[in-house]
Amino acid sequence: MKAVCSQKGWKVDQERLKEERAILKQIARKFTNFEKKRQGLIPILQMVQEELSYLSAEALNMVAGYLEISKNEIYGVATFYNQFRFQPPGKHPIKVCLGTACHVRAGDIILENFERKLKICDGETSDDREFSLERVACVGCCALAPVAVIGETVHGHMAPSKVEGLILRIEIEKEMQAREKQKNESGQS
Amino acid sequence: MNPANHKKIDQAFGTIHAEALQRRNAFKTAPVPKIHIGMATCGIASGALETKKAFEEVLAERNLDARIHTVGCLGHCYAEPVVIIDHPDSGFPPIFYHEVTAGKAKMLAKLFIEEGDPRFEHVYGAMEANDLIPSVMDFSRFNMEKRIVMEKCGYIDPEDIYDYIAEGGYAALVKALQSNPDEIIQAAQNAGLRGRGGAGFSTGRKWELAQKAAGKDKFVICNADEGDPGAYMDRTILESNPHQVIEGMAICAYAVGASKAIVYVRAEYPLAVKLVTKAIRQAEEQGLLGSGILGSSFNLEIDVFQGSGAFVCGEETALFRSIEGYRGTPRHRPPFPVEQGLWDRPTVINNVKTLASIPPILNKGADWYRNIGTENSSGTAIFSIVGNVVHPGLVEIPMGVSLRTLIFDICGGIPNNKKFKAVQIGGPSGGCLNEDFLDTPVDFDSLTAAGAMMGSGGMVVMDEDTCMVEVARYFLDFTQHESCGKCTFCRIGTHHLLKILTRLTKGEGREGDLELLEVLSADIKNGSLCGLGKTAPNPVITSLKYFKDEYEAHINEKRCPALMCRALTAFYFDLDLCARGCDACATCCPVDAVFTTRNRKKGVDQELCVKCGECVVACPPEYDAVRKVSPPDLVPIIEKPSEKT
Repeated sequence: MKAVCSQKGWKVDQERLKEERAILKQIARKFTNFEKKRQGLIPILQMVQEELSYLSAEALNMVAGYLEISKNEIYGVATFYNQFRFQPPGKHPIKVCLGTACHVRAGDIILENFERKLKICDGETSDDREFSLERVACVGCCALAPVAVIGETVHGHMAPSKVEGLILRIEIEKEMQAREKQKNESGQS
Repeated sequence: MNPANHKKIDQAFGTIHAEALQRRNAFKTAPVPKIHIGMATCGIASGALETKKAFEEVLAERNLDARIHTVGCLGHCYAEPVVIIDHPDSGFPPIFYHEVTAGKAKMLAKLFIEEGDPRFEHVYGAMEANDLIPSVMDFSRFNMEKRIVMEKCGYIDPEDIYDYIAEGGYAALVKALQSNPDEIIQAAQNAGLRGRGGAGFSTGRKWELAQKAAGKDKFVICNADEGDPGAYMDRTILESNPHQVIEGMAICAYAVGASKAIVYVRAEYPLAVKLVTKAIRQAEEQGLLGSGILGSSFNLEIDVFQGSGAFVCGEETALFRSIEGYRGTPRHRPPFPVEQGLWDRPTVINNVKTLASIPPILNKGADWYRNIGTENSSGTAIFSIVGNVVHPGLVEIPMGVSLRTLIFDICGGIPNNKKFKAVQIGGPSGGCLNEDFLDTPVDFDSLTAAGAMMGSGGMVVMDEDTCMVEVARYFLDFTQHESCGKCTFCRIGTHHLLKILTRLTKGEGREGDLELLEVLSADIKNGSLCGLGKTAPNPVITSLKYFKDEYEAHINEKRCPALMCRALTAFYFDLDLCARGCDACATCCPVDAVFTTRNRKKGVDQELCVKCGECVVACPPEYDAVRKVSPPDLVPIIEKPSEKT
């Protein structure tokens, strides 16, 4: 059983690597839209993150090469800003708002519940790359506090019991999709 | 000024204006129902997209003729998603509906749009005075406000430039182009407009300095890097009426002689970025931006720069560094940005609200603006009031209104019969004020004198269940993380302040901690270069001043009076009230800390409990058996039956 799992993981990784390389090629083409000037650095990093969903070491190398700025200088700028992330996010990125209004209404308890439920800490991605967890300063929906954002959907008036429900929903959806797929495949064959 | 040129400008604008009016009138007088849906970020977060879809589905299904008009945000966040239905044939005035979910939308489409029954039980109020339905204008949340900057927010479509022009937009730009730059600067000065970014520097004076500064290639920057947690009015303005900001920028650029402008907006506000970019493009298409604006010799190019989420970049010199492509660290001033700003060129940097105030000032006159508000702070202030209030949201009031009116009359006071404890104004740089300050008028100078500050306008109301030590710790956690690291006092000082406060909230406070907090706060204020460091200790200083007893309880009694600090509180079930056999709390506990006693009542395993408070919510109100105490050793011992039995 264990062997199957690891093999599966390896396969996914290979696929992802291939995918990433293709995206990197696309990024290299997009560089030409930007002026070769220092002021282009942050917009370029934003473009890279939008395409690749994170800043990989390879991507940063490419930016350094294009702008002719040293790698550590670029790394220094990228790490300064909260927007940039250096690890790939999960399929369902979860952001828990810890703005003032959410804090007053116990947003930290919501974050803790996600951490406990997913067994990952703030800033990490789960092993199966399904979920990633992140705290954000304010998503600007203070009247709905406490707030969590999963993917693009904002969930307001969060409660610890709601955390469990949300994760369960995603897992059930995934299972249903898998079953549907299986059904289709068996139907075809 | 050349009168021939005036005529040319009038003609160019007249064509656009006529087109806009014609479109607006065609929409207004069309004999079909109009459905206005608020679609700013907060509306979408509450489900406005589903609401819109539901309306569209039913309209298509039943073959109903109605127009859906997407608008921005009215600022009534408690009521989102907001829908206003104007159904002329029904005989009712336009009606404001609150919390319109997809289901409610389907019902309204069928019963009101199709059958003409407005469903009185769901009506919030009418948009105008009439004999059938009470008007929202009679509600204090509506009629005590004075809207200048947000006047059109929520009534026009932010994606349609004609909507704005038909409502009087860009008329101020026309007026500006036909007058001398000095007159515009004089008008800003006469109006007494002060920068809405927090510091309150005179806008007219800033423009005058920039106009006189030597050098060409001047810049105008709109600062929309709203990093303050709990403030979101800049985003709402950009999402609801971006053209008013663009018009203000164009007027400013004309006045100071700049031909390049930049909107610096947070990348975390994707909708605002999208709408501003679109608005700029529309303005260019109409010849309201670009080269030779409206046939004059004035050129202006506006770019959008997306800020990458560093709080310190709201500070002007740090913002410049970040546009230039470096780490956003502030530098010493002088030289001030009006002399040497972005790429060392003279730069005017104004907040979104400041720039959006300019068109109304030019349209209605400096004296009109000056008569609103107080003597030294004229005009209106926008606050995002959140936290423990009944009607949270954005409120625009004339300066000088008291905090009590703002919190209790306009926003409906504290929910759940709780007592008011404190209000935190100005975000991480501001301070916490207690009950004694409720009669303080809201203006730049009074708030600063009280120890808080206008700041960005974030206002968090806290009830008796909020621990002030914990709130101070929260803000320090934020500033400590956001300190850019340039000044030692800010970098290391905030770190130590946070460490001490964390210790206090864990019940590990020591004698002398309070004195240390005071000394350290003063040092950080003195030893920091920019506004972030200079104001970072404010939450500590003010809470220490007005809520010292709470700090002392944390240190001396290891007790949290508000029952908020988790290390200092504990839950238990009152066995006299707990219902035998009820499992409500046990099933909802996320960590299985609830156990059943021998006589089938409940107890809490204090070792496992994470103090999330979920059992308090789950316990049926007729039992109400959950108790929270501080310090935790007050919990009575309830024996846990051993596993075997």
